Amino acid sequence: MSAALILDGVTKSFGALRASDNVNIAIEANHCHAVIGPNGAGKSTLIGQITGEIRPDAGRIRFFDQDITDWTTPRRALAGLGRSFQITQLCADFSALDNVALAVQARQGHSYRFLRAAHSDERLRGPAMAALERVGLAERAGTRVDALSHGERRQLELAAALASEPRMLVLDEPMAGMGPQESERMIEILQSLRGKVTILLVEHDMDAVFALADRISVLVNGAVLTTADPAAVRADPAVRAAYLGAPAP
Amino acid sequence: MPFSRQTIAGLLIAACLIAVPYAAPLMGGNYAITLATRVVIVAIAASSLDLLIGRGALVSFGHAAYFGLGAYVVAIASFHLANDIPILGWAGSNEALVVWPLAMLISGVAALIIGALSLRTSGVYFIMITLAFAQMIYFVFVALKYYGGDDGLALNSRNLFAGERITDARSFYWISLGALALCLFIQWRLVVSRFGMALRGAASNERRMAALGFSVYGYRLVAFVIAGMMAGLAGALSANLNRFVSPDMMGWVRSGGFMVMVIMGGVSSLLGPVIGAATYLLVETALAGWTEHWEVVFGPFVLLVALFAPRGIWGLLRGRACE
Repeated sequence: MSAALILDGVTKSFGALRASDNVNIAIEANHCHAVIGPNGAGKSTLIGQITGEIRPDAGRIRFFDQDITDWTTPRRALAGLGRSFQITQLCADFSALDNVALAVQARQGHSYRFLRAAHSDERLRGPAMAALERVGLAERAGTRVDALSHGERRQLELAAALASEPRMLVLDEPMAGMGPQESERMIEILQSLRGKVTILLVEHDMDAVFALADRISVLVNGAVLTTADPAAVRADPAVRAAYLGAPAP
Repeated sequence: MPFSRQTIAGLLIAACLIAVPYAAPLMGGNYAITLATRVVIVAIAASSLDLLIGRGALVSFGHAAYFGLGAYVVAIASFHLANDIPILGWAGSNEALVVWPLAMLISGVAALIIGALSLRTSGVYFIMITLAFAQMIYFVFVALKYYGGDDGLALNSRNLFAGERITDARSFYWISLGALALCLFIQWRLVVSRFGMALRGAASNERRMAALGFSVYGYRLVAFVIAGMMAGLAGALSANLNRFVSPDMMGWVRSGGFMVMVIMGGVSSLLGPVIGAATYLLVETALAGWTEHWEVVFGPFVLLVALFAPRGIWGLLRGRACE
């Protein structure tokens, strides 16, 4: 199988802190690859480098056979790298539908179009509405983001990411702060994406991780402790000691 | 409800603007028309600034530079024609349909250069760098003794409009009002277009927009140039109205005045800056006729509006209706 994303010796330091320490991860196309690790393990730094918000000190990042290490964030997004944010990043004064329509608009090429009203443009509205339906937010389409609940905003983040029809989704703690029902719903949605789109999942909710992941990388102090199948990770005593917190049975 | 408060308020403003030439004979004749023309011209500049402040969250503190440049283009072209001194092989011109577009072009080019550099910064730095560029242009014109320097430059006559002399105050009012209507129409289309969504999205959440694939710099730069061109047109009209230009037209006091109009009238609204410009100029005129220290009263007035109408006068008029 071909790799969707390859991190090759990615290293990043902030002062004396090694946030990413020679990280090597290969994510196969259409797999769901989870990255887990305790707080401060360098997960967010890693995501920042994949999405282009943080520049690595060393190492290369390849995305479907292209070296994207020097690409800007928008260029990576247009190449098919979609993401959701750990702390919701949406246009708060826009409606839910407008937020998703922006994602559709970005995918359809440049926005130097000045005269036609975007609100009545079915080529934007249609796909945006479909993405909202997919995450179960269709009824809230006209609601402003600042009036949505936390869980709904998380769903909206996912809808925006889906609407951009990415080749790969980078999900930064999509279940963070969600109630059990909302979490279940999110897991269902992500289940439906398995095998169709490559997913990099960073998540603290271990039920979600073990339900969804094909492979798991464990990050500790910026370095990859191990990359293995879920069963192997669950059984790995080193992982248990570092992260899962329970002694090996 | 067939008509929202917003629509009614908008129609009322339009009716007032159209009624001015007919009502003017009852209110001091040409003086009233001239004042109304000033309001309309300044409203063009203020509304173009709102495209940046309101829609783009780009607080430009140097918007008068483009206004003043547009005015100087008209004055300089007229100066060379009147004195029979060609400029760069060009005899100069007194034709509005030549020099007004030229004024917009020059203001647009200035906005392109200044915007290209300023938009690499954000927040307070953006405010300061746009102010710094505007002051640079201000001092260039103060130093240009050939064009009057500090004393400014007078125009022998108004521009011809398609070969016709504009002698009548009413005709010039209609031309200015037409320019305002055109600028507002263009802005209205812009704001709801894909371009407008990209610009407003970048104002709302730049990180989100980048993650979706928008390179926001380009959209902001285009908005900056469009706003600069509209301010240039306002400047060209202003030069014609007063038949006089001076560096004060591009100083920071004027830039600050435009900002006050936008904020007082209501940001992110098409008609807010028009109301702001009207309120600013009418209150200023009324107070100036009463005392020469009119700023002492005007300052607290602006403060009261800011305190009790945080969404501007337009925000009060349209009530709590949401978008």
